[in-house]
Amino acid sequence: MATTVTFSREIANLLHAAGGEPVSSCMQCGTCSGTCPVSDFMDVRPQRLIRMIDAGLKDQVMATRSFWYCASCYQCTVRCPRGIDIAELMYGLKRYTIWKKQYPEDLIGPAFSETFVKNIVRTGRSYEPVLATSYFFTLGLKEMLQEAQGATMLMLKGRLPVLPARIKRLENFKRMIKRIIPIGDE
Amino acid sequence: MKKFAYYPGCSLEKMAQSYHLSAVETARMLGVELKELDDWNCCGATAYFHVDELLAHTLCARNLAMAEAEGMDLVAPCSGCYKNMHACNAHLKKDRDLAEHVNFALEEDNLHFAGKIKVRHLIEVFAEDLAAVKAKATNPLTGLKVAPYYGCQILRPRKFEHENVEEPQYFEDLLGALGATPVDFRLKLRCCGAALIITNREAALSMVRNLLQNAVDSGADVIATACPLCQVNLECYQDQVNAQFGTNFSVPVFYFTQLMGLAMGIPTKQLGVGTEFVAPPPAMLAACRKTAVV
Ligand code: SF4
Ligand code: SF4
Repeated sequence: MATTVTFSREIANLLHAAGGEPVSSCMQCGTCSGTCPVSDFMDVRPQRLIRMIDAGLKDQVMATRSFWYCASCYQCTVRCPRGIDIAELMYGLKRYTIWKKQYPEDLIGPAFSETFVKNIVRTGRSYEPVLATSYFFTLGLKEMLQEAQGATMLMLKGRLPVLPARIKRLENFKRMIKRIIPIGDE
Repeated sequence: MKKFAYYPGCSLEKMAQSYHLSAVETARMLGVELKELDDWNCCGATAYFHVDELLAHTLCARNLAMAEAEGMDLVAPCSGCYKNMHACNAHLKKDRDLAEHVNFALEEDNLHFAGKIKVRHLIEVFAEDLAAVKAKATNPLTGLKVAPYYGCQILRPRKFEHENVEEPQYFEDLLGALGATPVDFRLKLRCCGAALIITNREAALSMVRNLLQNAVDSGADVIATACPLCQVNLECYQDQVNAQFGTNFSVPVFYFTQLMGLAMGIPTKQLGVGTEFVAPPPAMLAACRKTAVV
């Protein structure tokens, strides 16, 4: 019979690739939560999230949105006295929820990242206006107006591209990606 | 003459064109050759690493392999691109199994990653030869108080490479070499919110506000950045910050290369000065006027 891999083990594997210490070495000092510039906006702050992972509370961890609010600034990683790479852990959790397609519906982060990647897989380069429309409709009226205003200002200053840039060897590029992930032929 | 494979990244193509222009002009003045990497692809920002690690590494590695083929170290002006490329380079060198996977995909584009080059951030390349910068700064930015904003991606991810990631000083030194006065900007390494400006506006605006407030409190006339994301978040969202928090910020935010170029007497137009939303402060305008006659 196959051995079941525990949740904290799966997360440890994600961290192993990044090179940090396992979450079990956390001493719950709270430095990460105290130093994180986004923690006031997180439903579960980094310190508690780490303990939840260590305790194998998979469902609770998957239900939080805190790692999707992580800005990947590495402040926690730099300050953690136990050498845990918390920022990479947050990346790992994002990937984990995308694989499992388990994230709160109203989050913008996952859709944004997926759109971004799809766009690049198609053209090789990122293209701001395409990305903009993908999240535009998730905004409230007030935000939408502000957003349009911001984009118009960038446009007026000639700072937004009109057409997406493409790389030259696009065919090679697409075949290269196919060796990594199965993408259709469109 | 120093020669590098230059990786502009997607933001510099348009949104941060002033960074691109001023980087190229300044480099030319310093005798540093920035040869644009032919057919480069997007580094993936933070998005690739949210979705698939192997894909993320492969896409970064394609750029690295092309620079390797040209036998040059890669230089990135955008901190996000820099971080991705630098981390990918370090990871693949350490993990041969991962490198083998990546190389299997790269074969499709006749490329191979061997880990032979270094990845550098533009500011570090310029800051390592202050004597050269000083010698060219014939139009010094006297009296200009500048907040050196490092942001988070240049240094912090290098923690595991045993670098001093908490107390850098080279940005201050570089500004000093231009005749400007670097102020004591306490939040110089704090995150600007990056992509949260899209995915969590509320959090990002509050982060931007803290940075603007700290810059004002430290007496800065202008914030200098080394990253297009930081620049856009700090400058273009000031209206929204003001609307949200009832503040009244109007803080100019320029790329360090624009300040360098000014100090070297390069005409403002060639530095993309004039495309900003918040006008330059008086001490900078004085230097701008002088470039016309230098
Ligand atoms: S800083 Fe490190 S050791 Fe301290 S609570 Fe956070 S993860 Fe645990
Ligand atoms: S990397 Fe994420 S969790 Fe860590 S301090 Fe930055 S925002 Fe907070």
